[in-house]
Amino acid sequence: MEHYISLILKAIFVENMALAFFLGMCTFLAISKKIEAATGLGIAVIVVLTITVPVNNLLYNTILREGALDWAGLPNVDLSFLGLLTYIGVIAALIQIMEMILDKYIPALYAALGVFLPLITVNCAILGASLFMVERDYTFGESVVYGFGAGVGWALAIIALAGIREKLKYSDVPEGLRGLGITFITVGLMSLGFMSFSGISL
Amino acid sequence: MADASAKQVLFEPIFSNNPIALQILGICSALAVTTSMNVTLVMCAAVIAVSAFANLAVSLVRTQIPGSIRIIVQMTIIASLVIVVDQVLKAYAYEISKQLSVFVGLIITNCIVMGRAEGFAMKNGPWLSFLDGVGNGLGYSVLLIFVAFFRELLGAGSLFGVSLMPVVNEGGWYIPNGLLLLPPSAFFIIGLAIWGLRTWKPEQVEEPEYKMSRHTVKEAF
Repeated sequence: MEHYISLILKAIFVENMALAFFLGMCTFLAISKKIEAATGLGIAVIVVLTITVPVNNLLYNTILREGALDWAGLPNVDLSFLGLLTYIGVIAALIQIMEMILDKYIPALYAALGVFLPLITVNCAILGASLFMVERDYTFGESVVYGFGAGVGWALAIIALAGIREKLKYSDVPEGLRGLGITFITVGLMSLGFMSFSGISL
Repeated sequence: MADASAKQVLFEPIFSNNPIALQILGICSALAVTTSMNVTLVMCAAVIAVSAFANLAVSLVRTQIPGSIRIIVQMTIIASLVIVVDQVLKAYAYEISKQLSVFVGLIITNCIVMGRAEGFAMKNGPWLSFLDGVGNGLGYSVLLIFVAFFRELLGAGSLFGVSLMPVVNEGGWYIPNGLLLLPPSAFFIIGLAIWGLRTWKPEQVEEPEYKMSRHTVKEAF
């Protein structure tokens, strides 16, 4: 249990997807002008990450990894080079399926998340989490926890940034720095703040 | 843009329409690899290759792709190219591919590649699309190399791993600025680079959402 708590804290604060690994930056900067939009996107990312990372973990361990096809009588096959193609396919397909299920059964949630779901396919945080999961060799349980933690960390960062930017638009920023420039510097300062978590380990 | 000249297509993205500074594309996978020049150059070469050939391939099949599945087709083309790049790096530059770790794979979701395939290659011929891919890859590289230059020089006192300013730990005089090796510095450098670029080319300045009214307290004094 302790191991999982430590993993989730690490995923949220110490190895924050957006602020420590720069993942999902494009959407992070583009959709952070309003808090409501940022919250919607954040929740969508949490949901998608919690589902895709474990699914990719299962696929990797039962099909792609070297020697994983043992159960099919092919102990020497190594399909790990197909990894990238598989993960992105899984992500795109799962998001499509989620969209259809939500539309059918939970229309309220679909209305809230609808716009953001397709955007998430090309969000590097999603693919990045799957790649980190493979690189760090997580078990299935760990991958569920890690996917959830990484999503929460990303959502936290984008909501915080949206809060800052809503206030920031009333300040008098030098001309060339306006818009994108000052946003980068704000994110840099937030990232510095998050670095103070780096000593934490359970 | 259909009749744009080849030269324009190639050079416009570098400064006038830089993918990172103006289009907010492709920042995702970029910043974590800028702590040293060697790694950055390899990353840039990988991105240029992928974006050029993805544009070329998408442009070649653009009349055959049904509109409804074009995103998946583009994604598959890009993912296959990235796999090729990844395997080549693992075979010929294993050390660097270890340092790049997951970021080579993340070229797939690099919005530059996707954005140019969707926005340019779907509408233009193969040759122009190829050049557009190279141009946008170069625009990305310029900013990345700029960031890496400062981060490695000031953070470790060296360039390409060759020590230029001997650091104190090895008996030199330069006290390295550790902050520049940490993630936040990349944001600061890009923010400042954008400031510089927009001061040089004022037409890129964004309109403020909210204008401050002038002070009108003159009579009070």
